[in-house]
Amino acid sequence: METFYGLFNYWIVIVLMMMGFYMVIAQHNLIKKIIGLNVFQVSVFVFYISMSKIKGGTAPILTDGIEIYSNPLPHVLILTAIVVGVATTALGLALTVRIKDAFDTIEDDEIAILEKEDQERERGTIS
Amino acid sequence: MAVTAFSLVRIHNLFAAVMMLGIYSLLAAVLYVVMDAVDVAFTEAAVGAGISTVLMLGTLALTTRMDKEAKPLVPVPLAIVTATGALLIYATLDMPHYGDPGAPIHHHVGPYYIEKSASEVGPPNIVTSVLASYRGYDTLGEVTVVFTAAVGVMALIGRSRRRKKPDPKSENHGRKEQQA
Repeated sequence: METFYGLFNYWIVIVLMMMGFYMVIAQHNLIKKIIGLNVFQVSVFVFYISMSKIKGGTAPILTDGIEIYSNPLPHVLILTAIVVGVATTALGLALTVRIKDAFDTIEDDEIAILEKEDQERERGTIS
Repeated sequence: MAVTAFSLVRIHNLFAAVMMLGIYSLLAAVLYVVMDAVDVAFTEAAVGAGISTVLMLGTLALTTRMDKEAKPLVPVPLAIVTATGALLIYATLDMPHYGDPGAPIHHHVGPYYIEKSASEVGPPNIVTSVLASYRGYDTLGEVTVVFTAAVGVMALIGRSRRRKKPDPKSENHGRKEQQA
């Protein structure tokens, strides 16, 4: 039972992470892929933050009379990671907008069909 | 939170999916407060739940609102995901328990920061002093990444859109990115 409570946070993280993973590999819609990537990302953040927690500790802000603080280092790393995550999300969304402009769809299976048709057409004109 | 994530997998209205992502993000922020990471919670609520959602909505306005059709759960990816998840859960059996003060992570530079940051750097918030001083290069790298992303976004959608037709939305998009 102790094992269950001690490791429960990791299991939650893994379930979330796998949902994000599934969205990235199984969905055909590009925006949903990016959403899946975000779900995955947040699960990793939760993993880091849950590792930094110490039982009985408080937030790492120095105050008189408090002895135990949670580890501040993972907090810093995740702070950076959140901002970088938004930057990459924005880049991915911008690419999606461009793909919509070029192919008029954001479903990657449809894009694959269109690309194949394009290639065949090119080969036809060359030979 | 898991329920929200699951609904994200199944939902097909992209607008609803983006809203669910915002809720997911906010729940994550609440979780961070519970686990003593107040700074991270601020950032997640402002950047993760706020700016991300705005960017997503902007993209939806420029592309489409609906996913193509309802798909059943696909077996092959499902199998891969289940196998990976099972492996990871097996790996957690070796991990230190939640809140354990004896975990290796708490015996590296963490205690040093907690003891010395007040005298060496100053601010009472340890996260601030680590971010700005001890790990200043990380933050510099972060700024570089954000700058590159901003340049990339502008190169991708700024110019071509303007040439075709003046579209105020795409310009807004680039500017919001810079604020991030």
